[in-house]
Amino acid sequence: MNRIPLGIKRGRIFNKMELEPVIGLEVHLQLATETKLFCSCQVKFAAEANSKVCPVCLGLPGSLPVINRKAIEYAVKVALALDCTIGDQVKFDRKNYYYPDLPKNYQISQYDMPLSYEGHILINSENKDKRIRIRRVHIEEDAGKLIHEKEYSLIDYNRTGIPLLEIVTEPDISSPDEAYKYLVTLKTLLKYLAVSDCDMEKGSLRCDANISLRVKGEEVLGTKTELKNMNSFKAVKAALEVEVKRQGRLLDEGKSVIQETLLWDEEKRTTIPMRSKEEASDYRYFPEPDLVPFAIEKKSLKEIRSSLPELPREKTKRIRQAYKLSEEEAQFLVTEQDMVEFFEDCNKLFKDSKSILNWIRGPLLYEINQRNKTISELFIKPEDFIKLIKLLKTDALSNLTAKSVLTLMIDRKKGPDEVINEEDLVQVSDEASLIKLAQEVILENKESVENFLSGKVKALMFLVGQVMRKSKGKANPKKVKELLERKLKEDKKDA
Amino acid sequence: MDSKDPLEKEKLYELTASGLLSAYERGQTNSSNVLSCFSKRIKQVDPKVKAFVKVIDKPQQENETGRLSGIPVAVKDNICIKGIETTCCSKILKGFFPPYNATVIEKLKKEGAIIIAKTNMDEFAFGSSTENSCFGLTRNPWDLECVSGGSSGGSAAAVASGQVPLALGSDTGGSIRQPASFCGVVGMKPTYGRVSRYGLVAFGSSLDQIGPFARDVSDLALLLSVISGYDDKDSTSVDVEVPDYSKFLVNDIRGLKIGIPKEYFAGSDGIAPEVKKAIEQAKETFEGLGAKVFDISLAHTKYAVSVYYIVATAEASSNLARFDGVQYGHRSNNSSAVKSQIIDMYKRTRSEGFGNEAKRRIMLGTFVLSSGYYDAYYLRAQKVRTIIRDEIHNALKTCDCIIAPTSPTTAFKIGERIDDPLKMYLSDIYTISANLAGVPAISLPCGFDSGNLPIGLQIMGAPFEEGKILRTAYTYEQNTPWHKKRPNI
Repeated sequence: MNRIPLGIKRGRIFNKMELEPVIGLEVHLQLATETKLFCSCQVKFAAEANSKVCPVCLGLPGSLPVINRKAIEYAVKVALALDCTIGDQVKFDRKNYYYPDLPKNYQISQYDMPLSYEGHILINSENKDKRIRIRRVHIEEDAGKLIHEKEYSLIDYNRTGIPLLEIVTEPDISSPDEAYKYLVTLKTLLKYLAVSDCDMEKGSLRCDANISLRVKGEEVLGTKTELKNMNSFKAVKAALEVEVKRQGRLLDEGKSVIQETLLWDEEKRTTIPMRSKEEASDYRYFPEPDLVPFAIEKKSLKEIRSSLPELPREKTKRIRQAYKLSEEEAQFLVTEQDMVEFFEDCNKLFKDSKSILNWIRGPLLYEINQRNKTISELFIKPEDFIKLIKLLKTDALSNLTAKSVLTLMIDRKKGPDEVINEEDLVQVSDEASLIKLAQEVILENKESVENFLSGKVKALMFLVGQVMRKSKGKANPKKVKELLERKLKEDKKDA
Repeated sequence: MDSKDPLEKEKLYELTASGLLSAYERGQTNSSNVLSCFSKRIKQVDPKVKAFVKVIDKPQQENETGRLSGIPVAVKDNICIKGIETTCCSKILKGFFPPYNATVIEKLKKEGAIIIAKTNMDEFAFGSSTENSCFGLTRNPWDLECVSGGSSGGSAAAVASGQVPLALGSDTGGSIRQPASFCGVVGMKPTYGRVSRYGLVAFGSSLDQIGPFARDVSDLALLLSVISGYDDKDSTSVDVEVPDYSKFLVNDIRGLKIGIPKEYFAGSDGIAPEVKKAIEQAKETFEGLGAKVFDISLAHTKYAVSVYYIVATAEASSNLARFDGVQYGHRSNNSSAVKSQIIDMYKRTRSEGFGNEAKRRIMLGTFVLSSGYYDAYYLRAQKVRTIIRDEIHNALKTCDCIIAPTSPTTAFKIGERIDDPLKMYLSDIYTISANLAGVPAISLPCGFDSGNLPIGLQIMGAPFEEGKILRTAYTYEQNTPWHKKRPNI
């Protein structure tokens, strides 16, 4: 692409023109295979340092890589889900550079013939579909981890040789917010494919960004910078926002942007230029002679394609229609695969999608957030969840009690019946017992009674609350309200 | 040898591996006698030859049965043996004790072989004379003033001087065949992919192949049978069934079609007249044995040396990048003011650890892969390599074997070429093509020059046609006296 450093060569002044960001993202994804890409060492997070290593991933002299077919399968899954073209041959190259976390001082990667290319993903930006083109998806090996102490540095090679997927977009992203949305959409997709745990904190998903500014509506791209060291999607967004401002300021002042790599400083909320020494300029790529290129058989490609699950986009569309949901509701459910599965399982048992959705988005989501867990980690069965909703619907439980029952169901990993029995929480709806309580409350709260009778409707709610308290929350509030209203009106007549 | 009497202990070293095996079978000797004989022979001879860089203290036979049961074997110092220092004769790998065996070592042990020593070589197999070793040079047993050839000079000289009946070497551009030729023994570079490279410290990964040294073709066939075969640890090894190579030891080549590349003899450059004469005589011998010998053309092999020094050095520059002082081997302890800089540690370690030829090749390889030069050098070299490869493969469709000299000259004087790398590189002019094409090739003795130095005959075959080569070589050997001659040392 033709890159003209804006502002300098063309002598333009930008402060009156509207500039737009041009962003491309590069995601590195650790594949959750059982073993590493080129040896049979276990892939395990947080294992004892240097306990998951062998001559191959340590790059000892004489050792040779052997490809892990499972990693190829996972990579192909991702490529197909991103609508990429799969290359005719799987060929690896050596990327040569010296760094102590790289035991061979070259990384086995893919250069001129990536596994797949020319795909796309649709994201929802400003309530419209936007197509972000995927330039390439390729496989490479991860490097080790450096641990810097004051006087020395240590190397943990457990991560060395873990399969990585590099997913590179075209510069189709037009704002930091869009970048964030792309990442969320991509992560959802990847989670559906079950090829990675996509955990940025653990480093199993990493993201670098390329950004430049250009005059809105023009084709020519400005000089880009590369942003690294963002540890969350929010950090990616924040770093891009900071960089948009920085580049904009430079251009407004008639200065030019320098092509460089910047590191995001999470604490200071700013970007710092990487020392130029750390940037290797010539990787001297050449074909990896230790691995023979091979083609993925048509048959296995077909098998992988048919093994793909229903992907988020199709799922959103389908459930919207099936359960008459809004786009927003459907997307909320689809973002977490176990959430939408739970929703659908519940709907099979009870045809009241609105109540189910409300109870998922309300009380259940509250529990999820409180506990910082996923729905499947709560071990709640759809049958039990539906039972609870039905109890609520038949007035056997009050709304408030039902929420407490849900909490206890999760705490105790038990069904609603058991919890209700254990806690004696069945809603009291029979008039005989309620009248007794109502009578007591009326006698004890003369002021409120008078207030009500003189037209203050609010006072009734207070009295209802008192009855509820006396029943330890078990009274059916609807019934109580009816009863109190009737009783007070009767009393008034009598008086 | 037909008698059942115990063999004279002092003379056991004169036997071939096959000879030793039949002596064992007849109960004429045992492995401790054999080991002590070779140990004595080594003490007597090696101070003069210096074929070994390490003689193993108490050599073990890990399996009592097997095709090489009780046979001493020496291994080139670039093949990893668990727990035994493997240095590739480079200072940079001093102190490296591999925690694993190369696949060929596993195979040797399984067949009862006893590994007795590691042999000298040019540092990282960079050279054609075994003068580039951090342990010092290996001398030619036929003339101690001459080089043994290289880079597997130690293995060739050890077998030639009767210090071991069998040895392993590695061949990237002629490193088995050229020293075999210089030392008057038999050596073979098998088809690329025939023998697992797992555990061979890589030089040029797309060219390297481990291969056998022996005193005659029968022994060579035996060792080749043991080390060959597919290995799931080496993706470039090929899953082609390994035949029993001894079945090819047939004294009959009637009707065999043998090609001679006419370009190898045209002009006066390079080839020594005595070598040329020996090959011409070999041609007549083959004709006399009923083979059909005719000229073929390998027009592009004149580019082989150029292509080789681009491809091999490119791969080497990357393969040797791992020797950086971080994990193992030599690390510079020259702590300067900038000791905190890792780049400085790399530079010092590598400057101290590598010899001149290694540095030369790393620089050359780095250059040809650099952006801006890649297309003109590496990419073009790969294209020419494909042409050479196709040319040789096609030629081998018109004939069963190709014969050629192994080296343009016999062993040269020590020091004669060490300061002239280009002249040194030309030692491999006839051997490099087989590596570029991935085809098997053998070198066996076919005469002596006026200085009583051996001359080598090279026989090349189609991929995985080692059997055909062995049959041709065996028939030649059975009908010529050369392999019976031993150096007087």
